[in-house]
Amino acid sequence: MSPVLGAALDRVDGRAKVTGAARYSGELNLPNLAHAVLVGARVPSGRIIGIDCRQASVADGVHTVLTHLDLPRVAAQPKLFPSLAGLTAHGQSFFPMQDDVVHYAGQPIAVVVADTVERAEYAGSLVQVNYAETPSATLLDQVRDQAYEPQRIFGGLVPGRNPDRGDPESGLRDAELTLDLTYRFAANHQNPLEMSTTTAVWDDLDRLTLYDSTQGPTATQLSVAELLGLPPTRIRVVSHFVGGSFGAKALIWPHVTLTALAARQVGRPVRLTLSRDQMFHSCGHREEQEQRIRLGADRNGRLAALTHDKISLTSHFDDWAETSLESPAITYAAPNYAGGYRLARGNTITPTFTRGPGEATGMFALESAMDELAHTIGIDPVELRLRNHADVDPDTGKPWSSKGLRECYQRGAELFGWAGRDPAPGTRWEGRWQIGTGMATAAYPVAAPISPQRARARMYIDGSVVVEAGISEFGTGALTAMTQVAADGLGLPVDRVRFVGGTTDLPNVAAAVGSAGSGATSSPVHLACTQLRDQLVRQAVADQHSPLHGADPAAVVVRDGRMCLRDRPEVGETYAELLGRNHIPDVETVGTWMPVLAPMTDYAMHTFGAQFAEVAVDADLGLVRVRRLVGVFAPGRILNRKTAHSQLMGGMLWGLSQALLEATRMDPNTGRWANASLADYLVPVNADVPEITIDTIEVPDPVVNPLGVKGVGEIGIVGTSAAIANAVHHATGRRIRHLPITVEDLL
Amino acid sequence: MRPVSYSRVADVATAIGTVTADPGSTFLAGGTNEVDLQRIHVARSRRLVDINDLPLRQIEELPGGGVRIGAVARMSDVAQALPVRRRFPVISQALLLGASPQLRNMASIGGNMMQRTRCGYFRDVAAACNKREPGTGCSALTGVNRGHAVLGTSEHCIATHPADLAVALVALDAVVLTQGPAGHRQILADDFFLLPGDTPDREHAISHGELVVAVEVPPLPMASTSIYLKVRDRESYEFALASAAVAVAIDAGVVTDVRLALGGLATKPWRARQAESVLVGAPATIESFRAAADAELAGAVPHGMNAYKIELGRRTIVRALSTVTGDARMVSDDGNPP
Ligand SMILES: Cc1cc2nc3c(=O)[nH]c(=O)nc-3n(C[C@H](O)[C@H](O)[C@H](O)COP(=O)(O)OP(=O)(O)OC[C@H]3O[C@@H](n4cnc5c(N)ncnc54)[C@H](O)[C@@H]3O)c2cc1C
Ligand code: SF4
Repeated sequence: MSPVLGAALDRVDGRAKVTGAARYSGELNLPNLAHAVLVGARVPSGRIIGIDCRQASVADGVHTVLTHLDLPRVAAQPKLFPSLAGLTAHGQSFFPMQDDVVHYAGQPIAVVVADTVERAEYAGSLVQVNYAETPSATLLDQVRDQAYEPQRIFGGLVPGRNPDRGDPESGLRDAELTLDLTYRFAANHQNPLEMSTTTAVWDDLDRLTLYDSTQGPTATQLSVAELLGLPPTRIRVVSHFVGGSFGAKALIWPHVTLTALAARQVGRPVRLTLSRDQMFHSCGHREEQEQRIRLGADRNGRLAALTHDKISLTSHFDDWAETSLESPAITYAAPNYAGGYRLARGNTITPTFTRGPGEATGMFALESAMDELAHTIGIDPVELRLRNHADVDPDTGKPWSSKGLRECYQRGAELFGWAGRDPAPGTRWEGRWQIGTGMATAAYPVAAPISPQRARARMYIDGSVVVEAGISEFGTGALTAMTQVAADGLGLPVDRVRFVGGTTDLPNVAAAVGSAGSGATSSPVHLACTQLRDQLVRQAVADQHSPLHGADPAAVVVRDGRMCLRDRPEVGETYAELLGRNHIPDVETVGTWMPVLAPMTDYAMHTFGAQFAEVAVDADLGLVRVRRLVGVFAPGRILNRKTAHSQLMGGMLWGLSQALLEATRMDPNTGRWANASLADYLVPVNADVPEITIDTIEVPDPVVNPLGVKGVGEIGIVGTSAAIANAVHHATGRRIRHLPITVEDLL
Repeated sequence: MRPVSYSRVADVATAIGTVTADPGSTFLAGGTNEVDLQRIHVARSRRLVDINDLPLRQIEELPGGGVRIGAVARMSDVAQALPVRRRFPVISQALLLGASPQLRNMASIGGNMMQRTRCGYFRDVAAACNKREPGTGCSALTGVNRGHAVLGTSEHCIATHPADLAVALVALDAVVLTQGPAGHRQILADDFFLLPGDTPDREHAISHGELVVAVEVPPLPMASTSIYLKVRDRESYEFALASAAVAVAIDAGVVTDVRLALGGLATKPWRARQAESVLVGAPATIESFRAAADAELAGAVPHGMNAYKIELGRRTIVRALSTVTGDARMVSDDGNPP
């Protein structure tokens, strides 16, 4: 590998972004553009018995007002399916405005199209709706007694019970020590900076172009095609820059197709941008949930049994739960294990991915319980984890494709200064602040799409290269990292390579979700580029005018765009010389990577890390301020040190946010979220950001994908909240078993 | 957004005249509250009269130690002004702990005094709210009311008054100078803000078309060491869960004079007169501070999620008093918190 892989290259799109030259989907200027606004149901449950659009229809600038009475029916009933699969990826198995039934507040009941956003919004406020309300349930506690065990969750991809191991009940019964703890989690919303936006343009041949803010352009294309009953060939999706997602744009929600339908109706391009308030009702959320952990251990802290049960609120259409149990199940070598999901239905949109989907809550529960165990038996929390280290996957007995967790603990403890920690809670004061430290394990599965992933590399006669794959850039730095992967594969300097993504015209890659984006895209990019390199080397050695004529291709290396003999670098020529001499305008290859899925291998694939936190608690006023965070992770190969660092740091900050700030609060009387704004839904501001130290442990992984990339997208958030809660206990002696931890918990 | 017309005026008389002539019109200063509320259809003016060109930007020292602040002076300018920082640090701190730098650069002092509550139901036109639509009920009474008031509430409204600056002004006995169709008025800050009672839609003691032209803060030597304490979930950019503006004079360990007002806890910026009367003449000790806090919160009424604010309010008072009297650590001899 050349040094370009992993280098801290500045973002290739950085200048365009900070100067505003980068155009986001909601910023394109199109002639004749009209603006659509959704009108959402005000009640969470009932029927629409009257909807009067007369005033709205005649308001200034209004083109049309569509309701269930006149919106064309969609061609298919959508079915929820995670976008990582690479197929249609509807957010829920329900499409609104097909009849008069209201299932959740905010459900779209009308679309207003006008010449400006302001006029469309105003006309939207003039739509008069009469509801026959029916009783609703919007909190877990209201329907807890009706909970059921789903067969499968997560679009059918995950069983409702995790595979059992051994005999957990007798494991618990016989254990020297048991803990039985319940953790509660507020609902969370993703809240990316850019609100979801779609611009739909139909042409004369009934072909549709969608400029969409999405994590997966192909997911948008296939999902909208299905709902419109069109072949995918008639739909093009363009998504160059996306202003963050955090799961809000991972699946395809109804507003995208509604925009296309509205544009068809008014015969001109239509843009629909959700308002901030609508972002809380239109693209899912992390569900309100409760998790119960039972641990059985011996006096030395060795786990004998672990059970982990979750109950959460889902919609009336889907058995959705974020997958909170999978990582905790394999983090420690507990011989006896059981875990399962229970769901209760409420009047809500189907919940969905929200940063660290599942692990952020599941590992909070496990790692909080482990801290209680360490405290109860009086051993150091790091030592407790080392004693229970899973040398192989406890579930399947397979070895790990790579791990590095012991090294993460060790390095993290060093960086943090963990050694010599006084375990007694509530004993360190600095003025009015009580000081405490805590740690937790981070774990996140290595996921991969189930479909082939493709990329294309084209070299021009001057030796410069365009590499293409249909990904969108939603802030992760993918364009930059893929430029590096391509340059490395071809033996070119990065400024000779241009990586292009952002449309469905390009070779298809699944949506970048579940930390799988770098693996899924780097693999075909790497294959395309190395194939192109090999093809040109073969051509050179076969070319009697080439200095490399007759050489063994395996003896040829490429540096700075010049092919030469490994042992005699003075013998060689550049790609450009080869192509120019032979009058070849360009050469192109497509790389196809068939992802490796865990059941097909002899290995278990997971990413691990260790989190450490120091907090100061002003218990008198109930304030928690995080002073330091240290995170050490083993995410396989790092493609770009700088963007990887940013991803991990962002993840840790979201963990802080989950621990202390984030909660969407449901009012069961109105059935609506009561704090649907960024003034009321709190996320950290700069002043909340502590000193953050991040390091990575290099673990070569020849199994997961060609470059050994395990992904840095989600692992950073996992465990942070537990480390903070454990530090709060260390500071104050108080165990808070719910998130977020706020003033009223500590007074 | 509703269709709205806009005009810009250059002198006070035209401003008042234009707004008075049309009941559907209102003043527009920085717009950080008014435009926001227009966009969510809570404010329903059809004409906005921009007063930013009015010659009301000065921040002047008054003879004897007071200051006069023009109504369209920006929050950020007032916070930085030397006379304010020197004579009334509590004002500067209250401003700097509010909103964000960008908002403070836009927002005016008059607009700040007139800003509406942040109650989520007030801002949600689909919800019942007596303040927005009298007679429809109060959704917050049994709803999500973690941020709501425990003091000065009525059965009709429990919305917290959101402002920070106003808390400092109420403590300092500032006077609001207005000018309207009926002429000039001087209103004590404490009287400028109204309790909700059974007319929660009326928040200020001024009428339509009456313009705030300035705020005058009278001299108060002990205010030179005054402070503003703001307690909130995140470190910045959030309204107060509880706050206190306080100035104290102490002689030989005894409180001789004190000004205390509370934010985040009440339906208006809350002058803590009960606490003040306990404190005057009492020794400046934690025990006195606690007694004062207990007295002030004795009449507090919780509504579910906001019950914690009663204890938080007490502790905020104690902390503010301890800080201003130099005993910020409040750690007793054995090293533990009292
Ligand atoms: C996200 C956010 C966070 C905030 N955080 C805080 C905070 O922590 N603490 C805090 O105190 N404030 C906070 N604010 C509120 C902010 O301080 C106010 O929005 C601002 O002070 C209003 O001033 P303005 O000049 O923009 O008023 P405008 O929005 O222009 O006007 C507000 C109202 O005042 C009326 N008005 C304006 N000037 C006059 C006048 N001279 N005479 C009579 N009526 C007048 C207008 O007609 C309108 O009704 C926050 C605001 C936002 C948006
Ligand atoms: S507290 Fe006041 S502002 Fe809030 S809903 Fe009740 S009446 Fe309206």
